[in-house]
Amino acid sequence: MILSVRDLRVAFRTERGLVQVLDGVSFDVAEGEVLGIVGESGSGKTMTVLAVMGLITDPNAVITGSILYKGRELVGLPSREMRKLRGREIAMIFQDPMTALTPVYTIGWQIAEQILTHQKVTKSQAWTRAVALLEEVGIPRPDEAVHRYPHQLSGGMRQRAVIAMALTCNPALLVADEPTTALDVTVQAQILDLLRTLRQTHGSSIIFITHDLGVMADVADRIMVMYAGRIVESASRDALFAQPRHPYTTALLNSIPPLEGPRPHRLQSIAGAPPSLLALPPGCAFGPRCPLHQPQCDAAKPPLIGTPHAAACILVPQ
Amino acid sequence: MTPLYDISHLSKRFRVGSRFSRQGLRVVQAVDNVTLQVMQGETLGLVGESGCGKSTLGRCLSRLYDISDGKLVFDGTDISTLTPRAMRPLRQKIQMVFQDPYASLNPRRRVQDLIAEPLRIHLSLPATEIATRVAQLLDQVGLSPDHAQRYPHEFSGGQRQRIGIARAIALEPKLVILDEPVSALDVSVQAQIVNLLADLQDRLNLTYVFVAHDLSVVRQVSTRIAVMYLGSIVELGQADDIFTKPAHPYTQALISAVPNAHNATTTRKRIVLTGDVPSPIAPPDGCRFHPRCPIAQDRCRTERPLLLPHDTRKVACHFPLE
Repeated sequence: MILSVRDLRVAFRTERGLVQVLDGVSFDVAEGEVLGIVGESGSGKTMTVLAVMGLITDPNAVITGSILYKGRELVGLPSREMRKLRGREIAMIFQDPMTALTPVYTIGWQIAEQILTHQKVTKSQAWTRAVALLEEVGIPRPDEAVHRYPHQLSGGMRQRAVIAMALTCNPALLVADEPTTALDVTVQAQILDLLRTLRQTHGSSIIFITHDLGVMADVADRIMVMYAGRIVESASRDALFAQPRHPYTTALLNSIPPLEGPRPHRLQSIAGAPPSLLALPPGCAFGPRCPLHQPQCDAAKPPLIGTPHAAACILVPQ
Repeated sequence: MTPLYDISHLSKRFRVGSRFSRQGLRVVQAVDNVTLQVMQGETLGLVGESGCGKSTLGRCLSRLYDISDGKLVFDGTDISTLTPRAMRPLRQKIQMVFQDPYASLNPRRRVQDLIAEPLRIHLSLPATEIATRVAQLLDQVGLSPDHAQRYPHEFSGGQRQRIGIARAIALEPKLVILDEPVSALDVSVQAQIVNLLADLQDRLNLTYVFVAHDLSVVRQVSTRIAVMYLGSIVELGQADDIFTKPAHPYTQALISAVPNAHNATTTRKRIVLTGDVPSPIAPPDGCRFHPRCPIAQDRCRTERPLLLPHDTRKVACHFPLE
């Protein structure tokens, strides 16, 4: 296992009390694996990877649990040490490439800076490597593109530049947070293809976050479904799509309109809205919206049970 | 069947930059010679990638934008060049729902006032009648009457979009232009709003123009679909025809690029287009899609195809797919 997360909890102290945004999240990422995390806004998927990246710097955040990266504990690691890992060992691709890039420097400068920070190379070597990386991620005429500023590139090209930056040090773990959400579908298809190719050439493990189950079906080996700060289902891609176990996963799949075949007269929707993390029910957080809701669902938070196909629902036969 | 809305040779140009900037004053042709009819009671889906002009077209149809060229005939009235004052009574008949329910509601006003606003502007009703109507509208969009006294920030995204819809249907319009009405919402909430829009259409006999980039949602709601690329319609036909047998290579690539959650285990043949959508400031000659088209010929580089009938639909391609 390259990454082992156990009972990760993140809470924020706020004026209205302690908000538990992650509540006992445990998972592993194997070498070369693509782990998908899917969930709606506020489900905790981004918070999970920010904790892994050591990017939760809010003084009001309380982080407990364990994050082992190649056997090394990351929770409580001094920021100096974390900085050495970030970029070199673990790299991240953000949703919006425009905010991930500095508008005042050229693309080449930004990639070369990253190389110079982590590796003992000369400036011209770093520059040559920047051009090579841009070529690898499919930017046309990379020797010209290095001199461009972010605003001179299209959204898809910018995201490629951000991916090139993440690849500078051949990271063992790549974290991609909604990397294609801001892009058009035809460009999204290009970027997903690129990530697939890079995974083969670089052998990195990838944690891929998205709210789009269709994208998940395209890229992930294993999928974790999150709801209100907890993992509600975890399974291989094929098992999850063929036989979803948690009522939330089933409902989520049913609420997506089909692309082929007859159109349903009505879509199956999920009643209500995701709960506020300030007022979570004592039992299953999905209970109030669940079509299969039973009185015993409200007693306690259901544990995530089953291997390799796990679900956190007391109604699922084990 | 006579069309509710008859749009002929509609163009919308924007000026960008200034005479004093390095590149000088330039013109973007955001909507380029669009001819289209919207039939009574149908849902016309407008799809395309960002920058294709679908939202601009939607705003021209609601006359939020003045049009540069062409003719708009709505319900028998030529509204292409009506002044804002003359347009006013017609605004009751054409309403709009916007993408971002957070941005389209005034945060300082109660829901009751937000929904009553169109009623106060267009109808002179006594206060009690307005209150009854507001309660009725809240009920129609699936909110409860006690929501009327709350402010927009107290609602979730889906509920806010319901408020936006209540405002749009308050004056019993004939046509509602929906500009990406579900794209800002979570998947589980999207389906609720799609269902609500379908119910309201049946109940109130509405006609929709549904602008969206999500093809699965557009397929679900549309009677007919117009696919746009760089300001022009490249294919127009029945929703089922377009999805089962796209005739324009762009439509085909667009549909094949959508990741399919319902068919995760079988791999589909995917057409990955190279490159990006060209800038509408300097569109390519000939067919505007030819630099990215997998089957482009010499003729496509020089001669611009017109939107012509092809079996059951219209397509703008010299070599439509069989």
